[in-house]
Amino acid sequence: MLDGSDPFVCFRNVQKSYDGETLVVKNLNLEIESGEFVTMLGPSGSGKTTCLMMLAGFETATHGEIELGGKPINNIPPHKRGIGMVFQNYALFPHMTVAENLTFPLKVRGMSSGEIDEKVGRALDMVQMRFFADRKPAQLSGGQQQRIALARALVFEPELVLMDEPLGALDKQLREHMQYEIKHIHENLGVTVVYVTHDQSEALTMSNRIAVFDDGVIQQLADPVTLYEKPENAFVAQFIGENNTLAGTVTSLSGGVASVTLDSGDAVKALAINTDGKGSATQLSVRPERCVVTPKKKAGLSSLKGRIEELIYLGDHIRCRMTVAGNDEFIVKVPNTADQLGLQIGAEPYVGWQTDDCRALDVKDA
Amino acid sequence: MNATQPITAADGTPLKKKLAQAMFRSKLRAAGLVAPLLAFVLASFIFPIFALMWQGVHNNTFERLMPNLTEELRVWDGLSEPTEEMYTLLVADLRQNRADKTIGRVASRVNQELAGTRSLFTSTARKAAKLEPPYRDALIKTKKKWGEIKVWQAMKLTNQSLTPGFYATSLDAVYTVDQGFIMKEEKRQIYTKLFIRTLMISGSVMLLCLLLGYPVAYLLATLPLKYSNLLMIMVLLPFWTSLLVRTTAWIAILQSQGVVNDILVWVGIAADDSRFSLIYNMTGTIIAMTHILLPFMILPLYSVMKTIPPSYMRAARSLGATPTRAFIKVYVPQTIPGMGAGGLLVFILAIGYYITPALVGGQDGQLISNMIAYHMQKSLNWSLAAALGGILLGGVLILYWAYDRIIGIDNMKLG
Ligand SMILES: Nc1ncnc2c1ncn2[C@@H]1O[C@H](COP(=O)(O)OP(=O)(O)OP(=O)(O)O)[C@@H](O)[C@H]1O
Ligand SMILES: [Mg+2]
Repeated sequence: MLDGSDPFVCFRNVQKSYDGETLVVKNLNLEIESGEFVTMLGPSGSGKTTCLMMLAGFETATHGEIELGGKPINNIPPHKRGIGMVFQNYALFPHMTVAENLTFPLKVRGMSSGEIDEKVGRALDMVQMRFFADRKPAQLSGGQQQRIALARALVFEPELVLMDEPLGALDKQLREHMQYEIKHIHENLGVTVVYVTHDQSEALTMSNRIAVFDDGVIQQLADPVTLYEKPENAFVAQFIGENNTLAGTVTSLSGGVASVTLDSGDAVKALAINTDGKGSATQLSVRPERCVVTPKKKAGLSSLKGRIEELIYLGDHIRCRMTVAGNDEFIVKVPNTADQLGLQIGAEPYVGWQTDDCRALDVKDA
Repeated sequence: MNATQPITAADGTPLKKKLAQAMFRSKLRAAGLVAPLLAFVLASFIFPIFALMWQGVHNNTFERLMPNLTEELRVWDGLSEPTEEMYTLLVADLRQNRADKTIGRVASRVNQELAGTRSLFTSTARKAAKLEPPYRDALIKTKKKWGEIKVWQAMKLTNQSLTPGFYATSLDAVYTVDQGFIMKEEKRQIYTKLFIRTLMISGSVMLLCLLLGYPVAYLLATLPLKYSNLLMIMVLLPFWTSLLVRTTAWIAILQSQGVVNDILVWVGIAADDSRFSLIYNMTGTIIAMTHILLPFMILPLYSVMKTIPPSYMRAARSLGATPTRAFIKVYVPQTIPGMGAGGLLVFILAIGYYITPALVGGQDGQLISNMIAYHMQKSLNWSLAAALGGILLGGVLILYWAYDRIIGIDNMKLG
């Protein structure tokens, strides 16, 4: 087994190209600890599946090393890697019953029938599907098939399970339910899970850490809180959660705080997270729930004058779309409290935020 | 609401009736669209098939052309001596047929029941005009055979228009007046042997097609598009070439002075004076038919394989199966509908194959269809041809039924 210091899964300088012309994965470095739940999150075509397939052994890395349990696995065929896998379309064998599907990996491993029965029973119990053992996959609902696929990937007790958008085909409610089930199974069994999704809320709910992919590069690898609170670049800030952006130029830097002149001429302060120094273009990022709307400038806050364009009543809060410094998509979530000021379309209050909540990031070319 | 009350539309008419009214026009149009095809199929396929099947059990040549004798033969028990009355009526009918120039047909028909009676009828008919009563003695004097009871029994059998005789012949049996069906002796059986050979050749062709076609279909389904398109063209190419051209090409390749034998001699596998006989025998039939029917196996297989996503094989391998095991346990079972469809198609086509065996089959490479053609064209025994065809059709239907029981017809994918 592993000693504590070695990562369980390790991508080292991995590159992948399908056609010899473009790199689908560019210099990937990723370490995953044993027992972790790591999610690869990113837009379509960003290379998530490709990374998973390289780990599973169905694609070979064009360059670089992939290690599993401290050993390089580049030359080990998929069936000897002992990695469980859940496919997006479940890939349950249609000509076998549920029980036969689960038996398959155990028979391949030459287990005795007593042992097989016991393990299959346990796996079916785990996903509450014992009753369906004799059905064919086609006789199951999408959610039930999903559970069987999960049970099949786990029944032979792999230390690593890969899941490629396993909930993609389910409706919202079932998806949320399954998210919790998978999370609980992960916690109970202590297996390492590498999970792929392009649904950010799914990633935030389930993961220990999230690797945000874009364009074949990990943009940021962090736990959900850090990822949301402290995005390191404009892509992550945009991709995770809702985000207001303001374009400007850095005029000075001191002690991690940048003074920025916005394109509209206003001057504000922001945390200098990812800028190229004085004189460079930057994009400021502020979360909608960290902004306050005040009738007058408020001391201690960066305040800009704005104009209310649209109000949407959402019960617990009011979603307020404003034009601020030339950006007419600036969203503020105003809590639904008793003392809420009479927000009105066309009113021109001030929008303010604390310097710590405003992050100066790189300019993401659209 | 009352559950027993039929649901009604807004104007009070029952909903079912309303729906039927609404559907009537569209049904009428649909019927109009299929009517020409239906008429064509009825006229050119269904009707001829039933007519032919009818011929297999019904032949009224004798009854029609020997109207005087027919009634008497019917009441005759088939065992006692024929009476003078019967001889008299026979002479009357022979004279009439001689005058109408139809005696040949009567002779052929009786000859089908009892070989060697053709000339008995034609020559007697020629002399019939001059015969004097008592006719029994006069006839036996012209031809001794007229005294034999089996000639009269043959006439009694042919007189029976609705007869199982042709089917009996098709199965190498004879239908007799007194003993019912009797199997022919072993060495005189031809049709059953031919049926068995047809089944065996068709089976071999089907297995060979499966063996050769499976890998090709697999490549077609898995290769990248630019290669698979090329391969598909190569698979379809034979379809664009005339069947005769392809068959004669095989003659050029397989004959004893042909390409294959030349190469074998050149390599040293065969001696120049003992070249392999690859054609004009069963081998030739099997080779040429396999080639011609191969696309019918490949296409259904391909259409099934095309729908099997690669994730199944991947799943199997991620679960620990070697590529071979994954292929056998996961891939092959999913192609069974394709194998079934292709197999059934090839087998049914092979069973009725005619041109190829006729050209390259020689003696022992002939199929039952060649025999049917012989009876249609040469011996002009259409009823026997119809009976043979009927048995073939029955066999195919039984196969189809068995396939449905074992694999299920709705499990079959043709494209
Ligand atoms: N077999 C292949 N051959 C050639 N290019 C491929 C192949 N598979 C994927 N690609 C390309 O690699 C890039 C990354 O694909 P990948 O499937 O890894 O994306 P993904 O992040 O999983 O996207 P999605 O969220 O849509 O599943 C895409 O541009 C895709 O076109
Ligand atoms: Mg993907």
